[in-house]
Amino acid sequence: MNARLLPYVLILPVTLFLCLFFLYPFLLVSKQAFSTGAGFTLDNFREVTGYWKFPITMRNTLLLAAAVVPIQLALALLMATMVNKMKKGRDLVLYVWTIPLGISDLAAGIIWLAIFDQSGFLNSMMNGLGLVDKPVNLLTFQNPGIVFLAIMLAEIWRATAIMLVILVAGIGLIPKEYYEAAEVFGASPWKRFLRITLPLLRPSLQTALVLRVILAFEIFAVVAALGGTLFPVLMGETYAYQFDLLNSGAAAALALIILAISIAFTLIILRVLRVPKGATI
Amino acid sequence: MAQIEIKNVAKRFGSYQALHDINLTIQDQEFMVLLGASGCGKTTLLRIIAGLETATVGEVSIGGRRVDHLAPKDRGIAMVFQNYAVFPHLTVFENIGFGLRMKKLPNDEVKGRVERTAELMHIEQLLKRYSGELSGGQRQRVAVARALAMEPDVILMDEPLSNLDALLRMEMRAELKGVLAESNTTAIYVTHDQVEAMSMADRISVMHQGEIVQAASPIEVYRNPAAEFVAGFIGNPPMNFLPAAPAGEGKWSVAGQVMDGPSSGKPLKFAIRPEDMRPADEGLTATAKVVEPLGAHLLITCEVQGSMFRAVLDSDMSVKPGDQLTLAPQPDRMRWFDPDTTLAVA
Amino acid sequence: MTAVTTDAVTTDTRRAGRWVYGSAVVLLCAWVIVPLYFLLINTLSAPETVNSFPKPFIPEFDLGSLTFFANFAGMLTALKNSILVAGLTMIMSIVIGAPAGYALSRFDFYGKELFRLLILLTRAFPLPLLALPLAVMFIQTGLDDTVFGLALVHTTLAIPFAVLITFALFSGIPLELEEAAWTLGCTRLTAFSKVVLPLILPGITASAIFAFVISWNEVFAAAVLTIENRTLTAFLLQNLDTSPLHLKFAGGFILVVPALIFIFAVRKYLFAMWGIANR
Repeated sequence: MNARLLPYVLILPVTLFLCLFFLYPFLLVSKQAFSTGAGFTLDNFREVTGYWKFPITMRNTLLLAAAVVPIQLALALLMATMVNKMKKGRDLVLYVWTIPLGISDLAAGIIWLAIFDQSGFLNSMMNGLGLVDKPVNLLTFQNPGIVFLAIMLAEIWRATAIMLVILVAGIGLIPKEYYEAAEVFGASPWKRFLRITLPLLRPSLQTALVLRVILAFEIFAVVAALGGTLFPVLMGETYAYQFDLLNSGAAAALALIILAISIAFTLIILRVLRVPKGATI
Repeated sequence: MAQIEIKNVAKRFGSYQALHDINLTIQDQEFMVLLGASGCGKTTLLRIIAGLETATVGEVSIGGRRVDHLAPKDRGIAMVFQNYAVFPHLTVFENIGFGLRMKKLPNDEVKGRVERTAELMHIEQLLKRYSGELSGGQRQRVAVARALAMEPDVILMDEPLSNLDALLRMEMRAELKGVLAESNTTAIYVTHDQVEAMSMADRISVMHQGEIVQAASPIEVYRNPAAEFVAGFIGNPPMNFLPAAPAGEGKWSVAGQVMDGPSSGKPLKFAIRPEDMRPADEGLTATAKVVEPLGAHLLITCEVQGSMFRAVLDSDMSVKPGDQLTLAPQPDRMRWFDPDTTLAVA
Repeated sequence: MTAVTTDAVTTDTRRAGRWVYGSAVVLLCAWVIVPLYFLLINTLSAPETVNSFPKPFIPEFDLGSLTFFANFAGMLTALKNSILVAGLTMIMSIVIGAPAGYALSRFDFYGKELFRLLILLTRAFPLPLLALPLAVMFIQTGLDDTVFGLALVHTTLAIPFAVLITFALFSGIPLELEEAAWTLGCTRLTAFSKVVLPLILPGITASAIFAFVISWNEVFAAAVLTIENRTLTAFLLQNLDTSPLHLKFAGGFILVVPALIFIFAVRKYLFAMWGIANR
């Protein structure tokens, strides 16, 4: 076969596939969002944003992302540095810490339901400690704080692993000499972390944050399992528009809003954590 | 019979011209070394002969047959790679027999040939091992054996010794030369190491910036460099250069000293190897700057009228930095170059 | 004297530091494992125990919940669908993605950067949202509510990973090995099958498992695109409001098991994959 054509032949299947199942549906969803049957219109957006639940939904989603992502970042950084120093048992600890990577958001929601449920382990523990004498229903609309906390914990539990893996891989790429050089120049471990690890880790931090933030806006099943309708989020509302209200125009508009937020945050992260040209490892 | 003919071969990578109009004939059973610094195009030329790279223009023939449009497997070549390319998932036996199996030779013939070549390369006790269990030197031997087992017309080698340590490299150099001489194959050997080139080659092609500057026997390249680049590249330390001003017909003034030289109307460059300088009563006046005892010799870096100049002298001389020396060039070793064309002037 | 004191102090702080470090590691491990253990208790307890209070902290090894799960109408079909969809996704994403990974690692071609951008864009995109318009498209083509239709969407999710991971894997195999095979009588194809494929097979398996898990775990698109042929995740989601606790927990447990195996199977590749997928 002609060597010039070969690469194109090889990428053809992916390209066709993505055009058909990524670009084309993307155009479709945009078209759907901007039309109600006749011509271009913003009615769908007006309807979605005008709905009384929309501000709550938006606030919940953003609040959750704001609460979860920084904690995950800190935790993942901590875990990555701890693993990096480890000599014995590194593989075992890493295996344990990365288990949630393979666990679906739905399963994670169910797992934390086992803890926060009325007959769950949290109540059982509080009972055992004599704090309560009968089970308290924690996940109700009277306890929005606890619902939020449960969802937050489930998300942190489930999705820190993805950041951890990216950061461990990134730290592995930083040559040891840099640390040794910094140590010779008198940098304390904390200073080494601030002055060497963090700046050199920027590409990995970028990837980890972009992926995590996008996934945070897509949060759906954890909330469905733990909060149900108590804690509406954007993705859940999209699902509701499509199935309960059978309004696919509105669902499409909401989908585009989620998309816009995701892209905006991606750009912000890429901008803030940009690596100057030539300053890579 | 495998004479290799390269006609008007050029290669561009995008806007970068890697090879300019190369013409070279390599005789049957000749050991040709392509020598040059990294980026000079020597590996590109080798890969074009192998068929791993396609020339932008030009022809390559092996044994009188045009091969430029053939796949590597159809060119009758075998190749030894810089990082050996020993297949990690196969045993040494299967590595050496890989090409024979691809030719679908019968089992016992494969076995016979593998064992013979393994013995030749002294690795018969390693046949059951995997690449991961071998040292660098052993891997090197496997790579050579794998190429030899093919009984190719032409064997191509791309810096095969550059990843070995100095001692092993010296040992392998001699061994490779012997094995190849016995095998009656034509060999093209790429290296940046002039010692390797000098010691192994029948002929050396010195390459610079995508061109062959000189193709000649090692001693010819050393004694009569065709261009300034060759003079500066070959030999350690390299040749000395001093400006020469015309001082009458066939006479040249070099650092205040009048010498006999070629007839030419314009200023030339005078060149001499450091070991071809002798202390004398009359000659160039040099001020010693650095003195490096090398055991058998003294390497003296000195200054001659503002130019750096090196001389290799007998180690029983006592020279200190700051000493004034008078050094005379050996008359039959003096060379002259045209500063405009950088070519040698006879 | 002073020297001795500072020495003692530093050993003390160092010992304390090590103690803090060690307990932090243990604590973080517990943070991951304990919730899983709770799920295990619930799964391996009789339905009555699961709904009772207070909870035991050791499983009673009763298969009642799991039996109930297996006998629940539609559950086994959902499980079968999940496996089918994930299996199809695994095969399609590797068959379609690996050639592109190979092209990216071995060739420089015009439009390469554009292609990479397309791949990265796909990864940084809330893809499940695209299930909405696809639902309409699938109804028109008869792919609606089929295992294959959903597998197509999940393949879109898995493909960027498949391409990037196989790209990393192929890049890890020196081109020299392939070239050596070419000079030893191989064509491009035989060199690939005799040299590259055997070396890359474990990595390909790992990325196939990765694709399997992506599909296995996906909830939103599965819920949008299937009605009769629900996958396990879609089925559980659909019945979250109505199903009893022991059914949820048994279902959750079944969802988690492949994850544990998956992470164990690909643990060697996890970091290599992400390290290069970064760039």
